[in-house]
Amino acid sequence: MQQFWVFVRKEFYHIFRDKKSLLIIFALPIAQMLIFGFALTNEIKNTQIGILDNANDEASLNLIAQLDASKYFEISNTFTNPDEIDAAFKADKIKLAIVIPPNFKSELAHNNSARIQLLADATDPNTATTLEVYASAVIRDYQNTINNNFKLPYSISTEIRMLYNPQLKGAYLFVPGVMGMILLLISAMMTSISIVREKELNTMEIILASPLKPMILILSKAVPYMVISLINVSTILLISVTLLDLPINGSIWLVFGVCFLFITTALSLGLMISNITDSQQTAMFISLMGLMLPTLILSGFMFPIENMPVPMQVLSNIVPTKWFFIIIKDVMIKGLGFSSVWREILILAGMTAFFLIISWKKFKMRLA
Amino acid sequence: MRILLVILRKEFQQIMRNPSILRIIFMMPAVQLLILPLAADYEVKNVNLTVVDQDHSTYSQLLLNKLSASDYFIIQDVADNYDAAMVDIEKDVSDIILTIPPHFERDLIREDEAKLSLAVNAVNGAKGNIGASYAANIINEYNQEIRKTWFTMPEFNPVPIIDITYSNWYNDGMSYTLFMVPGILVILLTLVGSFLSALNIVHEKEVGTIEQINVSPIKKYQFILGKLIPFWLIGFVVLTIGLLIARFVYGIIPAGNMGLIYLFAAVFLFALLGIGLLVSTIAESQQQAMFISFFFMMIFILMGGLYTSIDSMPQWAQVITWFNPVKYFIEVMRMIVMKDSSLADISHNLLVIGIMAVIFNTWAVLLYRKRV
Repeated sequence: MQQFWVFVRKEFYHIFRDKKSLLIIFALPIAQMLIFGFALTNEIKNTQIGILDNANDEASLNLIAQLDASKYFEISNTFTNPDEIDAAFKADKIKLAIVIPPNFKSELAHNNSARIQLLADATDPNTATTLEVYASAVIRDYQNTINNNFKLPYSISTEIRMLYNPQLKGAYLFVPGVMGMILLLISAMMTSISIVREKELNTMEIILASPLKPMILILSKAVPYMVISLINVSTILLISVTLLDLPINGSIWLVFGVCFLFITTALSLGLMISNITDSQQTAMFISLMGLMLPTLILSGFMFPIENMPVPMQVLSNIVPTKWFFIIIKDVMIKGLGFSSVWREILILAGMTAFFLIISWKKFKMRLA
Repeated sequence: MRILLVILRKEFQQIMRNPSILRIIFMMPAVQLLILPLAADYEVKNVNLTVVDQDHSTYSQLLLNKLSASDYFIIQDVADNYDAAMVDIEKDVSDIILTIPPHFERDLIREDEAKLSLAVNAVNGAKGNIGASYAANIINEYNQEIRKTWFTMPEFNPVPIIDITYSNWYNDGMSYTLFMVPGILVILLTLVGSFLSALNIVHEKEVGTIEQINVSPIKKYQFILGKLIPFWLIGFVVLTIGLLIARFVYGIIPAGNMGLIYLFAAVFLFALLGIGLLVSTIAESQQQAMFISFFFMMIFILMGGLYTSIDSMPQWAQVITWFNPVKYFIEVMRMIVMKDSSLADISHNLLVIGIMAVIFNTWAVLLYRKRV
């Protein structure tokens, strides 16, 4: 046991001697949380749209004013002929074009019907659909105002309530997701080079010659990084709650406990990478390139997992951030307790054990 | 010139000597490009419903039939009351609770109006909103059908009604792979390009071989060029592999000119490698280089407009994206692959990325000191 602490101390010295790296490790998550917490959102705000107004009468001008007044849209282009729409799409100036027919006002007044065309740049199908839904809502509102909310007989009114997130903030989804991603990558990157660096710098031989057991050596590598990661967890949570307005509806201790478990998982993953690679570059490549996109895409915060084809849904199970994201979402936003998330917690614990066992098995007592 | 060739030979030998790195450079992007685009799909489909039917009437049954017949909704569960239904939302079994109140049918027929309520899981606000509006549309259609059975609709609308038509340009089938594959390819190229070069000079610093180069008569720009060109070529190989996968696996044939993609990629890679070199002249160890490039890479990737729209970002964040090379390439890819944009359309992006390339590389050359 004493040996263990001696080694932990050695690792601490190593880390704290390199002030510049230490600064990077602490400042990085803060900067990332702040930037992504504010910038990433799937809310529609001030999207640039174009209008081709063939009517130019009172009704069309009112409708345009209403579109411009909504927080979703900003009318950046007004066209006079249809060809300009294609050009504006091609130059990426607008995402949606609205075509108002000639004689819009008189059509509405005399025939009680008029047709508005929505043309969307569907290179990004998701944005296209969302913009169409939002634009339709504004047009419907306009229609209701000119109708003075006239009601047909046999009407069903639908009342819609948005649970957990009535303002439909993007942050509720993206902040927990980014949190998981940053924690996983930083923790895994830190430990992924810890052992392989000693191999590369030839200090490994000295350690191997000592009577230390492999498991103790591996764990002593992890402890200092654990301390650093815990500090990072605290700053990240603090930023999320104070600046990014993320609620903690569940137990704060449960949140902390889960974060602690999750960084242990991430650190073990890093240790495993460090044990199966033979150079720092390979280790970094695996931990950065290999982890970044899969955690981004398969953890469920960017793309809902239930939308994926079944093989992808199965594959997403091996991504630790998926489970972390589910737990954080459930506890922080939905306010659920341990009884609702114990399965996910168990899975993370199982992953940790798996990574540690592989590291231990792959650890070589001899240098090749 | 001869010196440059000698340096190039040295660099190539160094890269080729480490097959495990080489394998990773080419395999990892290919594997990720084969798998990830399949998962990258935002489209709201399969919205799960839990129904609380307190009416148990013919009309409520009709509504449920109509909902489950649509492509979007799956009725997962029928609960007795709202609290029981809430459990489904908590467990993420359901996205929306539809409550049909008691006397729904009676109210609709006798009182001329009835109420329904939708409670939507809005943790993912955008998804919740779209799901709710799909449901509202179907309820409207259903309403219209019922109305017709009770009274003859006048030939003309009794009040003005605006008919809205939709057309989705450049992507009729609303295909996500068409949108995602070129984007993910750009990101993989970015990872390979900037990260590799970032590690390279630092590695020489860490191992100490940089001293030998420093004492040699090699000029600074020759040294930097020697580091740059091999990775530049590797970048092209990765791009070609990626485009082949896009062509033969996903069936994506660019609508525009392939030459334009390569032209842009040439300048883009140059800019990216410049950033990598800059990082590696600043960083003292490979670990530092890794963290710094991780930081920039996250910004490049997450703020490149592929995953979330740049228009929705706050103003200051949009300003950050002006300095993001990845944003420009993703835009260009999308323009060429889907919209058949011309050189004139992408000229602005090309110019910006060209300026970046010059700035970053000059900066890297200036910062690189022949002292340790």
